[in-house]
Amino acid sequence: MEKEMQFILKSGKMFGALMLMIVSLSVTAQQAETVKLGRIQDKINTASNKIQIINFWATWCAPCVKEMPLFENLTATNSDVEVTLVSIDLDLDPDPEKVYRFISRKKLKSTVWILDEKDPNSWIDKIEKSWSGAIPATLLVNTQTGQRKFVERQLGEGDLERLIDELKSK
Amino acid sequence: MKTLSWIGSILCGILLMAAAPVNEGYEIGDIVKDFRLKNYDGKMVSMADYKDAKGFIVIFDCNTCPYSKAYNSRIFGLNKKYASKGFPVITINPNDPTISKGDSYDEIVKQAKNKNYNFPYLVDETQEVSHAFGATNTPHVFIVQRTSGGLKVAYIGAIDDNSRNADAVTKRYVEDAVDALLDGKEVPQVKTKAIGCTIKWKNS
Repeated sequence: MEKEMQFILKSGKMFGALMLMIVSLSVTAQQAETVKLGRIQDKINTASNKIQIINFWATWCAPCVKEMPLFENLTATNSDVEVTLVSIDLDLDPDPEKVYRFISRKKLKSTVWILDEKDPNSWIDKIEKSWSGAIPATLLVNTQTGQRKFVERQLGEGDLERLIDELKSK
Repeated sequence: MKTLSWIGSILCGILLMAAAPVNEGYEIGDIVKDFRLKNYDGKMVSMADYKDAKGFIVIFDCNTCPYSKAYNSRIFGLNKKYASKGFPVITINPNDPTISKGDSYDEIVKQAKNKNYNFPYLVDETQEVSHAFGATNTPHVFIVQRTSGGLKVAYIGAIDDNSRNADAVTKRYVEDAVDALLDGKEVPQVKTKAIGCTIKWKNS
C-alpha cells in the first residue's frame, strides 16, 4: 500500500515536472511575428519614450550573428531603448522555421520580427534612403525629435552606446 | 605649432575621406576607369581586351553569399543571352579572404572550374576596383556602355526583383537595361536596390 502510494506520488511529481518543462519551454521560446513593412514604419514614426533601434539581419549573415550580442546586451541592460531585430530571411527562403530555431538556440530576448515583403527595391528606400540593401544594417531613431542614425556595417563594442548618446543629447 | 596642427587636421580629414565609403563610387553617366585584374585561369583581364564589345555587365559577386548562390545560374543566363549581342558578363570577387575564407583565390578558381564559368571571374585583391565602382553588396550589377567618350555607367543595382524564385520574377532590371541600350533607347530604370551580403572590406 505504502509502495503504491509512493509510486503514485512519484509519477505525480514526474508528471508535474514534465508539465512545468512544457510550459517553461513555450514561454522561453520567443515567437517571432511575421510583419509587413508598415509595422516597422509605425515603430519608426510613432512617438515613444524609448530610442527605437531596428536591426536588419538574417540567419545566414555571419556579421549580423556576430553583432547580435550587442543588441541582446542592450535589451537586458538599457531600459531607455527598445530593440527590434528584423529578420529578412523570407526574402530568400519562404520557410521561417530557420528563424524560429535560431531564436530558441540563441535564447534571444529582444523582439524579433520576420519581414514579409516582396520586391526589395520598392521598400528599402522607405526604411532609409542611404541604405544599399546590404546587411547588417541598423537604424536608431529618437522618435521624440525625429533624429535618426543609420549604420550599414557590423557594429563593434561601444558603437551602439555612442550612437544612443548622440541621439539623446539633442 | 599652430600650422602643424592645421596640417595635422587636414591630413586627418584626407585620411577620413579616404576611409569613408559613403560618397565614393560611380553614378549613372560617369566614365569608368578600366581595370586589370587576375582571372581564375591566371590571366589578366581588362575591358579594353574586348575589342568588339558594346559594353559590359560587370557584376560584383562571390562564392559564399546565399544571394550569389541564388543568382549564379541567372548570371550564366545573362552572359548566354547578351555576350553574343555585345554585352558580355564580367564577374569580380571583392571580398577580403582573411574575413571570408571561402572567397580566397583558390576558392575562386575552384568555383569557376566546378561551375564551368565561360566568363571572367576576377579577383580584386586590393579592393581598389570595388571601391572605385562603389560596390556595396553581392551580387551588385554595373552595366557600362562603350561610347566615344569612354565606358559610361548606364545601370547600377539588382539583377531582378525576386531573389528567392527566378520563376516568380516580374521585373528583369538588367535585361530591360541591356535591351534598351541595344535598341538605342533610354534605360527604363537606371538604379535599383536589393537585399544582399555586405562586401567584406579589409580592416583599415
